[in-house]
Amino acid sequence: MEKLLLAMVELADPAIILIIFAGVSAGLFVGAMPGLTATMALAVLLPFTFTLPPLYGLVALGAVYMGAIYGGSFAAILVNTPGTPSSIATAFEGYPLSKQGRALEAISVATVASAIGGIAGVLFLLFLSPPLAKLSLRFGPSEYFWVAMLGLTLIASLSEGSLLKGLLGGAIGMMLGTIGVAPIGGETRFTFGMPVMQGGVEMIVALIGLFVLPELYNMAAQGRTSLGEVTVDSKEKASFWRVIIRVFSMPGNLIRSCIIGEIVAIIPGAGGNIANLVAYNEAKRASRNPERFGTGVIEGLVATESSNNVTVAGSMVPLLTLGIPGAPPDAVILGVLLLHGLRPGIELFTTSGVLTYAFIVSMGLAALAMVPVGLLGGRLIYRIIFRTPYYFLVPTIGLATILGTFALRNSVSDVIIMLILGTAGYLLKQIGIHPAPIVLGLILGSIAEVGYVQAMLGGAAYEYPVLRLFENPLSWVLIVMVVFSAAWPFLMALYRRMQLRRRSPFSEEDKR
Amino acid sequence: MRRLLNPLPQMIAVFFFLAAVTMMFAPAVAKAEYPEKPISYIIPFNPGGESDITARLQESHLETFLGVAVNVTHKPGGGGAVAWSEFQRTAKPDGYTIIGCNIPHIIGQPMLRKDAGYETNGFDLIMWFHFTPNALIVNSESPYQTLEEFLAYAKKNPKAATVGGSGSFSANHLETLRMERAAGVQVTYVPHTGTGPMIPALLGGHLTAAMGYSMLGVQYKEKVRVLAVAADERVESLPDAPTFKELGYDIVGGAFRGVAAPKGTPPEIVAKLAKAYSETNKIIAEKQRQLGFVMTYATGQDAYNLVDRMKKNYEGILQEIAEQKKKQ
Repeated sequence: MEKLLLAMVELADPAIILIIFAGVSAGLFVGAMPGLTATMALAVLLPFTFTLPPLYGLVALGAVYMGAIYGGSFAAILVNTPGTPSSIATAFEGYPLSKQGRALEAISVATVASAIGGIAGVLFLLFLSPPLAKLSLRFGPSEYFWVAMLGLTLIASLSEGSLLKGLLGGAIGMMLGTIGVAPIGGETRFTFGMPVMQGGVEMIVALIGLFVLPELYNMAAQGRTSLGEVTVDSKEKASFWRVIIRVFSMPGNLIRSCIIGEIVAIIPGAGGNIANLVAYNEAKRASRNPERFGTGVIEGLVATESSNNVTVAGSMVPLLTLGIPGAPPDAVILGVLLLHGLRPGIELFTTSGVLTYAFIVSMGLAALAMVPVGLLGGRLIYRIIFRTPYYFLVPTIGLATILGTFALRNSVSDVIIMLILGTAGYLLKQIGIHPAPIVLGLILGSIAEVGYVQAMLGGAAYEYPVLRLFENPLSWVLIVMVVFSAAWPFLMALYRRMQLRRRSPFSEEDKR
Repeated sequence: MRRLLNPLPQMIAVFFFLAAVTMMFAPAVAKAEYPEKPISYIIPFNPGGESDITARLQESHLETFLGVAVNVTHKPGGGGAVAWSEFQRTAKPDGYTIIGCNIPHIIGQPMLRKDAGYETNGFDLIMWFHFTPNALIVNSESPYQTLEEFLAYAKKNPKAATVGGSGSFSANHLETLRMERAAGVQVTYVPHTGTGPMIPALLGGHLTAAMGYSMLGVQYKEKVRVLAVAADERVESLPDAPTFKELGYDIVGGAFRGVAAPKGTPPEIVAKLAKAYSETNKIIAEKQRQLGFVMTYATGQDAYNLVDRMKKNYEGILQEIAEQKKKQ
């Protein structure tokens, strides 16, 4: 506790406040650009942090990370293209809102929800690290497999309209994920003799291609941006205090989304990309009118944006206590810690405790800083996108997309893959197969494969290696959740039919 | 229809205008004494890994010694193979593009993969700057206190002991196979997508042991126990961990990291780079040793000899695997 206070004193330094604001702004920009990811931003920043004292460097990294995850929501809301994988579900509600002329409202809600999520993550990290770290270690190969299965059940709610088409999309995604060097075993698959294909289809490349390109094609074909003009009513609703009241008026949603975000965050290898989808799904399931989701529902926006920002500080639980990066950007932060001679573990909280606590608290400050930066920057970005004629906007976003894709792995073939996937995605969208299930399949396919193969190997000495998947209690918890989640849409349908029947003695079926 | 087509030329014009502006920022080509312009140093792995950490430490010192900027870029994928194959196909041998290299990756992949796309001998080696020996590591709560105890368990229960490692046919994997042969036991090797994802599996008790790099033993001191290290001598940062050799098994191996230029780079440029890397290595040695690295200074012919030596070291095992693969 004393260290926490000392840490606060450390942070009361104008330079630190400046770094936080600069970091959040830079992060916001990076996050808003499709193709520039938080991991990349941190990697670019890395050499600069060496010249700074450790605290300044860490604060800068934390602020950029926080800003980037939040910034992804801008592109999602305004252009229907998630800026980072962490805001895939944000586009589901945010973009319809923009179309209705409620863009500013959507941005304000996303800002407040992100700030709350960011702070919740910091609180989890400060006060619940030891038990959460223990829980994160319980996830072994079989648990990963079941987590991936649980994720796949989300397809049911992500597929607007036809479940079959959703599943088809998921299958396409999982197949794309098998291209390249097998994660386990090292065999090359589906490379068709081209060495570049060993790298496979990077998830972010697919994300950019599948989400951004179809939207650009649409804009070009329609000859206008599809943003609606902000209505007077919505401008009022976007005012800061009204948004705060609105967001806090759904405490259940906030608490649920934050807990989901935290649990996903401590699973090594999963981060905001999965958290936002799960939180969205649960918000939809808990809602009294789930059928309205997808048309611009504020609850959905609050769920995705709070849960993904929880993962920023949340994923540092395993990082700071065990040295295990909870999400890809954390690997870069681990590198910085090691370079400064800070070894993750208990030492980090005892010997270098003040520095560690200062770093943690600074992420909370970064979350707060998002509010002014986001509200001002949000208005600015909205105005730019709204006022810019589409014949400037389309090529500008197009070029940014290509550069971003290239910069990801400095690879021209990634750009080609992105363009092919984007065009295919546009056509698939025409026949009702949406990009979200495809990307979900791509993310989860490899997690499922790794978990399954590792579990099978772990059970190599058993008569039936597959039993390894059913060994641990945590696996069983997950299995129950998978069954429940998969059956939910059918249960709901059944329930509704029964209600219908009770209300009218001559329901549809009886008439036949 | 007209409304649709009309803005198309405009859009295309804007696109090319922006593209042209972007190009202007690309550095101009200059010709004089090497080095004249920034050097691009490609790391074929993700940021945050051992290769990246090292490159970041080297970056600023290299810039001092060479007098130009050294830009670290990442091109991950295929366990390094994507970057290596593209490098051998396209990099100009002018010394302005260099790439991080790893043994045994560049020995094993071309031998075992049909489409690796590069050759072990297709580089002009600049230097091998450090070595991370393999080490057999268990969770500190594990019942096995010594290598003998672990091997006794493995002998009694074939395949039951799971040994985690980073990647397939990697340094970790090959070392595990050599340990099996040397001790006459059968374990199950469980590959992971990197050292990073293996750590939670080891700490969480999902593996019997791990064949990882010695650095793990340093970084996770309180949580793991190092049973044996695959080095000629004990590692400085792990004074209490015995070597396999001490315990009667002739197993020495691990990952060497270094840097290479495209084949056909003028020898004086390679020598200049080797000198800069050697000087840099001396400066960062202290920091790296603390992290558990063993520094090496193999330049010139020594660098090639090291590849040959390691090739012999792994040849038997690699050929066995290659034949098994053919049969399947």
